[in-house]
Amino acid sequence: MRLIDDRALLYLMAGIIGLLILSSIVSRVLRLRITSDRGRATMDNVDARIRAWWVMAVLFLVSIAAGTIGAILLFSLISFLALREFVTLAPTRHADHRALFWSFFIVTPLQYWLVWIQWYGMFSILIPVYVSIFIAVRTVLAGDTERFLERTAINQWGLMICVYFISHVPALLMLEIPGYEGQNVKLMVFLVVIVQLSDVLQYVWGKSIGRHHVAPSISPNKTWEGLIGGTASATLVGMALWWATPFSPLEAGAMALLLTAMGFAGGLVMSAIKRDRGVKDYGALIEGHGGVLDRIDSLCFAAPVFFHLTRYFHTL
Amino acid sequence: MIATALATTARLISGASVEWRCSPHTDAQRIYFGNHSSHLDFVVIWSALPPRLRERARPVAGRDYWENGGVRRYLAGRVFRAVLIDRAPAGTASLESARASIKRMAEEMGNHDSLIVFPEGTRSRDGEVAAFKSGLYHLSRLRQAELIPVYLENLNRILPKGETLPVPMLSRVVFGAPLPARPDETKQAFLDRARDAVVQLRSPR
Repeated sequence: MRLIDDRALLYLMAGIIGLLILSSIVSRVLRLRITSDRGRATMDNVDARIRAWWVMAVLFLVSIAAGTIGAILLFSLISFLALREFVTLAPTRHADHRALFWSFFIVTPLQYWLVWIQWYGMFSILIPVYVSIFIAVRTVLAGDTERFLERTAINQWGLMICVYFISHVPALLMLEIPGYEGQNVKLMVFLVVIVQLSDVLQYVWGKSIGRHHVAPSISPNKTWEGLIGGTASATLVGMALWWATPFSPLEAGAMALLLTAMGFAGGLVMSAIKRDRGVKDYGALIEGHGGVLDRIDSLCFAAPVFFHLTRYFHTL
Repeated sequence: MIATALATTARLISGASVEWRCSPHTDAQRIYFGNHSSHLDFVVIWSALPPRLRERARPVAGRDYWENGGVRRYLAGRVFRAVLIDRAPAGTASLESARASIKRMAEEMGNHDSLIVFPEGTRSRDGEVAAFKSGLYHLSRLRQAELIPVYLENLNRILPKGETLPVPMLSRVVFGAPLPARPDETKQAFLDRARDAVVQLRSPR
């Protein structure tokens, strides 16, 4: 009902599908012109990524079309899977077992339940305040002090990144923006599209003209050309999508610029954790992309910043 | 159907990625021997096998645990077709009863079934692989079968000894190449070599 009423939302969805069709066609055409083995390997990876994008986009669109509950279920599942990858990689000990069990099966559902009942006050402090204290206390009660600070930080940080930050995406639905009632789902689409598109555009720019590395010790694939080209083009796309948001064109552009910067920062930080643990990817769930956490690394810092700026400037 | 559902559940909880360094399709009888750190170990190995191999793979397990309660008895008897052996209380194990257990295992294998065994005899607390007990050696003399080393990674973090609720981290199952037969090897040399074959499958990290 609401879906069909909202023209702008339909345009956004059609735009996403159109973009995927376009990229599938472009990759076919590119493949015809490729002769080297290395080029073919790159194209295999690109094709795998595009296939995975289709699956992810359809999942995302179907969930948000199902309404608030769909969005909450999707992002709670993403949080759960991301936390799983995070904790797998981080060195914990037997004494952390019970505290970790709480994180997965009590804290994660609780945080998303708060989104569902739209209890903003508790939603915004549950994990940073109460759960952080709880995790530290539960861990100390287990009696093992070896690497205590590190182990506690792993559990707390895992929850912040994978659950708290990511839960700000569906939390956009609880903002009350005058003149924009019942349309918040488009804010979610705006956030996710800009952040992910900026990733893709940085990849495309980087592959095409990238020469100078931004942070060779952390992420060998990030180049200045990719960063600047991707940021500029994602900002323009954001500006061009102002009609779907409560923002003015200039505001939408500024938001997109900020989202891109946050996305880059998130990707860099999450890469540093991987380098520290000596792995390339967090998992292997999504073909061509790695794990869930590899795909949402750029979303984790962008989501809370976008949520709070929108809340500050556009709610009463 | 229960078997398939159970295998799927085990795969979900353990988040296991499976790596094969031997053929996942074979008609040979096999003895899968792995490191032991969790109650989930044998279910994870069992669920990682392709259905055709899974049907023939039977775990060797303690009778005291698996005959305690209707559900366990049903699972052990009907679903896993476990080879249940009597475990003597620590310190009272006799050579005869150990020999009898090994003989039972060999008989139960017949000329069709495969076995899943954990030669450390008990679950490790820290994920390290303890010295192997001699059962695997005697079994390998009684039955011609491919000896497949299996390394289970992270299961001791998912469901450690002494815990009842699992934390759903990701795990890894690696099936190694068959252990080559060396007929004139001493028992200890064989057991060390078998243990090494399991440890070698660990990620380099």
